[in-house]
Formats: sequence, structure tokens, C-alpha cells
Amino acid sequence: MSQVLKIKKVRSNVEKRRLAGVSVTTLLSVLSLLFFGFLNPGKDKTTFGFVLNNEWVLIKEWVISSQTGSRIFSLVAVAASVAAALAFRKGARIVLPTGIATFGIFMAFITWVASGKFIPFTGLLQGSLLLAVPLIFGSMSGLICERSGVINIAIEGQLLASAFVSGVVASLTHQSAWGLLAAPFAGASISLLLATFAIKFSVDQVILGFVINVFVIGFTSFLYKKLLVPYQASWNTAPTFSQLEIPLLSKIPIIGPIFFSQSVVVYLMFIIVGVITFALFKTKWGLRTRAIGEHPTAADTVGIDVNKLRFRNVVIAGLVAGIGGAYYTVGSVGAFGNEMTAGAGFIALAALIFGKWSPMGAVFAALLFGFADNLQSTLTIIGVGIPSEFMLMVPYIATIIAVTGLVGRVRAPAADGIPYRRGGAN
Amino acid sequence: MRKALSKFGQAIKLPGLSFFMAFTITGLIIAVSDAKVLAKFSSPFDFITSALASVGNAYLALFQGSVFDVNLIKDGSFFQGFYPLSETIVTATPLILTGLSVALAFKSGLFNIGAQGQFIFGAIGASYVGFNFELPIGIHILAAALTGAIFAAIWGGIVGILKARTGAHEVILTIMMNYIAAYFILWVLKTQAFLRPGRIDPIAPEVNENARLPLLAGPSFRLNFGIFIALAAALFVWWLLTKTTIGFKFRAVGANSQAAKTAGISVPFVITSTMMICGALAGLGGAVQVLGSEYALNTDIAGSFGFDAITVALLGRAQPLGTVFAALLFGALQAGGRTMQSNTGVPLDIVQVTQALIVLFIAAPAFVRYIFKIKKMNASAALTSKGWNG
Repeated sequence: MSQVLKIKKVRSNVEKRRLAGVSVTTLLSVLSLLFFGFLNPGKDKTTFGFVLNNEWVLIKEWVISSQTGSRIFSLVAVAASVAAALAFRKGARIVLPTGIATFGIFMAFITWVASGKFIPFTGLLQGSLLLAVPLIFGSMSGLICERSGVINIAIEGQLLASAFVSGVVASLTHQSAWGLLAAPFAGASISLLLATFAIKFSVDQVILGFVINVFVIGFTSFLYKKLLVPYQASWNTAPTFSQLEIPLLSKIPIIGPIFFSQSVVVYLMFIIVGVITFALFKTKWGLRTRAIGEHPTAADTVGIDVNKLRFRNVVIAGLVAGIGGAYYTVGSVGAFGNEMTAGAGFIALAALIFGKWSPMGAVFAALLFGFADNLQSTLTIIGVGIPSEFMLMVPYIATIIAVTGLVGRVRAPAADGIPYRRGGAN
Repeated sequence: MRKALSKFGQAIKLPGLSFFMAFTITGLIIAVSDAKVLAKFSSPFDFITSALASVGNAYLALFQGSVFDVNLIKDGSFFQGFYPLSETIVTATPLILTGLSVALAFKSGLFNIGAQGQFIFGAIGASYVGFNFELPIGIHILAAALTGAIFAAIWGGIVGILKARTGAHEVILTIMMNYIAAYFILWVLKTQAFLRPGRIDPIAPEVNENARLPLLAGPSFRLNFGIFIALAAALFVWWLLTKTTIGFKFRAVGANSQAAKTAGISVPFVITSTMMICGALAGLGGAVQVLGSEYALNTDIAGSFGFDAITVALLGRAQPLGTVFAALLFGALQAGGRTMQSNTGVPLDIVQVTQALIVLFIAAPAFVRYIFKIKKMNASAALTSKGWNG
């Protein structure tokens, strides 16, 4: 018996990763407490502004000494880390406590960095959601493709092409609704290109996606300079959707202004995420889609036309990304700007990977990236002494930390990126 | 002889047809987007002739801007007419180096999208040593270029280490590193160390005379020694891949990392060292750009050299020699595109479309066969990257 006990416990890879997660959050919590709370505390008071209602005049201010605030939030983080450690020992889920700890560290940092400043907290969250909207649409597009076994690096191209088309259509028709309707078709045509070359002609999908992006960036820039700049008055003055307030729900303090006082594109996003989640896990289509992404040969054996379903799914993914593209023009600023998606498609891809190819995971990852991005611009606006260039790096550094540290080795759908040929190797 | 000719014909069939299709589609886009052509829409004959004229003018300007321009011959100096060709080579020089960076990564099974960021760090390093020190001629160039290469090797190495240790995909990592590098150079150019005395805009001082690469064809041409550095780098990559053990390991991991691991090759070592060498190559590109033609570091120093490098490497099928030719071709397209933009008003961005189309068709031999109803066509194995699980 004692012999057995002496054998060193072998940890599986999953356990190692969980342990790493717990250790890192604990370390960061303690560092946050030490640094923000004691060694280098903020000297002034931090003011948080909350919009309680959708009328902006009703602002509730919450003033706290920067030092005390940082200590409180850091302590919350430390406590949550301890809870995470206990949960790890019991073998329970650690997502919630580590999530709370991360939130605590973030808040401690904000309270520390904004010492003597005003943080529009509701605006911060609202802006985060808005920045996450195209990321979420993009990652849903990637999700549908990759769950069915086609790698989609062309999300950027899908977003940019549909942003362009929706902007132009809305300008020419003077109707934002037509722009929104046209956008999915633009996304789908990029998808057709992807699907044809990836599925019919078995082109390497990562290379293909990259080339499609180059093509779309070049083509939209060309048309932008040739058409949209010289004929701006008629071609690039897209009207935007006004905010649509949902009765009653929009009156809820804090949550109301963030979630229920948005443009129609944002509501579409809520619906589409829900539909995709349901369809992927509860319907025949979803089961088949996951089957062709994991084991196409088996799916073929039971009579599923693998390549036909893949083709269809890639096109559907283009439709979804298209709405995300429309968000850039008719959903927010109206006019199309050259290369206006600015790499959002790649962040969406990172969100998909960070979210481990699950709809909810991708949504939360996208929200996190949106938050990092918006925190950056908020802190730049209030001026916190960190050079703005470094603040601008934050979302990208966050992505790197996310794909390396927090998720570790994630597993993509097994047949992702492998063209299916009957009697082939897989 | 006949056999050799037919073999040669087979070999250039795919690239030839790809070019043909790409330039045809580009021509259609140029014609259809030309207001003068569209105005003649009512009469088919005029429409077609003006469309052809529009495309012809654009492609003539492309040639004049990249190879030879009669209009440039002044005072009986025939040589001056080749100024566009020298511009092609100057544009191609950094492209060769960044293209080699991407190509070498492909050989190890890595898709290096990070040449842009590596280029930026190479340019920063070379610029700093170039203007900040007074060194003897020769040594100064060497020191500046080496610093650039080392900076970029570190920047590339970070990706290698992260991938080797955590398994994160290099495509995501390099894309993010590019953004970080792009913001980093904006910041660097605002720092006291890089601010040019008497200027407030973000531009560094010019590098010292001793640090500049010698000009090859007199002061009226920008053609400089950099092209030889680029060609030497191509030779180095060829030597590394075919004549050394480490190159063999790179190719083994690139061909099948599982098998290479079983054979006792350390995959993390290969990943990290590949990314460092790739970084150094792209960084050398940045150094050559600063020391050879720009002299002063500015916010737009990297242009899109790092991104075009990917299309260059794909077109060159990740072979060193192929990459050199592909870079020369795309250098010609870029240089010619600038002339086309100023002479005929066709935006330079169309060149990007052409490049993408060429690479798309080259990567899809099955598609070219399908379009031209060719039954058999020699196509060397298509380049592949590794999916997320690879």
C-alpha cells in the first residue's frame, strides 16, 4: 500500500492546463494586490459613472479612493483564486472562480490607472459590446465553416466585402435596410469563392483564405479610390440605422442601455448566436455538420453528402459574416472607409480559437477582445500617461496571451482543413 | 531538344495560364471601371475599342514603369531609359528577403505571416545603428544590418518559442505580432532617441554616409548593393535547405512533423530556429530598405513588403530561386503600378488584385485544368500549410 502511495501522481494534459490556469490567476491576483494596493497605489480618487437609464442625464457616480478600490478588487481576485484552487483540488469546474478573479484584476487595474479620473463605466461596457459585434458575427462565420471541416481565414475578406457592398447599396438606395439586405450576399459570394476552391479544387485552405483576403482588400481599395472617393455624394453616403429601444427592457438600470437600446444589427446578432447554438447542438443539421467536421468518412458511410453539406455551410457562414460587415457601415458610421475592418476578421478567428470552437466560448472571447479594445480607447481619452501606441497594442497582446497562455493546446474539429475525397486518407 | 522544349512547355503551362487569366480579369476590371469606357456603352464597337485602349494604356504604363521608358531618354543617354528597370530591382530587393523569410518557413511547415513585423524591427535596428554611431566604412553597414537582423530574429523567435512551447498557431501569433510591431514603430519614432533634430513629425535622422549601401549605377538611380545581399540570402537559404543537417531537419519537420519527431528530431528546436532565421531574413529586408534606399526610418517604411512577401513565396513555390523571380515580377508590378497610377489614374491597388489572382490560380492547378479543359498538366506538389491541429 505504501508503495502505491509513493508513486508520483501523473497529471494529464488537461489537469496541467487547469493547474497552470489556477496558478497564473493566483499569481496575478497577488501581484495586483501588492502592486496596485500597496507598493504603488493611486493617490487620488477614482470616479465610476453609471448610466442607470437610457437617458444619459441619469448618471450615478461612485467615488472611491483609488488605493482602497484597488485593494478591494484585488482581494476579491485573491479570494476567487483561492476558490479556484479549492475547486481544482476537488476536480470541479474552475471557469467561474477564475473568471471572477480575472474581473477583479481588471477592475483593480482600472481603479489604479484612473486615479483622479472619471471612468464612464456603462459607456465602457456598451462600447465593448459594440466593438465585439463584428467580431461575434465573424467568429460565427468561422464556427460554421470550421465545425464542418473547412478552415476559414477569409473572415476578414467576408467582413470587408460586405461592409463595402452594404455601404454602396445603402448609399444608392438611400435606405439602410437595403444595405443590410445586400450585405449577406456579398459575404456569401466571398464564401462561394472559398467553397469552390477549397472543396471542389482542394486548394490548401489557409493559403486560399489568405489570398482571398489580399484580393478583397485590393479590390475594395481599388473601387474605393475609383468610385467612392470621386463620386462620394452618391456612392458613399450610407444612412445608418437609428437606435431601437426595446420597451421596458431598455429601462433596466445599466443592463438596459447596454443591451436593449441598440441598432437592429445588434439584436440580429443576439438572435443569430442563439439560433446557431441551438441548431448546432439540437438539430439534425447540427449533428451532420459536426459529423463532417470530425469524421467525414463515417458521415459519408451513413449517407451524408460531405462536400455538398460543407459547400452549403460555407455559404451560410458567408451570409452570417455579411451581416457583421453591414455593421461597419449601415450599423454604425454609414460611409465606407478604406480597409475599415482593420484586421477584425483575424481577431474574430482568434476569438473562435480562444473559445475552443464553441458558440458561447467564441462570444465571450469576442466580448473580452471588445472590452480590451474599448478599455484602451477609454483610457487613451481620459489620458492615463501610458503612450497611446501601447494602449493600442492591448487587444493584440490580449489575443496572444489568450491563444498561448489561457487556452493552451486546444483541439480543432478533427477534419478541419482537410479536403474530403471518397476513399481518401481520412 | 524537342523533348526538352515540350518539358519546358509543360513546366510553364500552369504559371503561364495563371498569368494570362489574372491579367485578363485585371484588364476587365480596369476597363469596366473606366468612366470614359462606360460612356460609350450605347455603341458596342466604340465600347470595345475604348475598353481595349483603356486596358492597353494601363498595361503600357505598367511596362514603362517597370522595364523601359523611351520618354526618359534625355541628352542621348539611352541608359537612362532603363531607370524603371532599376526601380523594379530596388522594389524587388526587400521583397526577395521577406519572400525568402516566408518561403523558408513554408519548408519547415510554418506559415509565417509575420514578415511585416520582422521587417519593421529590422528597419528600426538598422536605422538606430545607422544614424547613432560613427563607424568606419564597411563595418558600419555590417553593424547596422546585423543589428537589424538580430532585432528581427528575436521578434520572429518569440513566435517560434510561443508556438513550440504552447502549440498556439503561428498564423494567429504572427498576425498579432504584426499589429504590435506596427504600433511599436509609431511609438519609437516619437521617442527622443529617434526624433530628428529640428523636426516634430515622426521621422528619424538619415543614416550616416558610411552606413549607406553603395549605389551601383550613379546618383540618378536608386539601384544599390542591396540586391546582391538579397541574392546572397537566396543562395544561403538554398544552401541551408539542401546542404546542411539543420536544413534537412527543417524539411523533415515540414514534410511530416510526427515522423520527424519519431526519427529523433526536436520539433520545438526546428520551430524556434526556423522562426529566428525567418525573422533575420525579413529583418535584413528592413535593414536593406533603410540603408539602401530610404536612409531615414519613417512610419511607412515597411509599406506592404511583409504581406506581399507571402504572395511572392507562394508564387515562387517556396523555392529560393523561384522566390527571387517572383519578387522581381511583383517588384515590377509595384514599380509599374505606380507609373500606371500617375499616368492613367488606375489606382495602385489593382496590382494587389492581380497578385492575388495569380497566386490563387497557381495554387489551384485543378481549377486551371478545368477552365482550359486540359487533361494532363505537370504541376509540382501544391504548397500546403498546416491546419489548427498540425
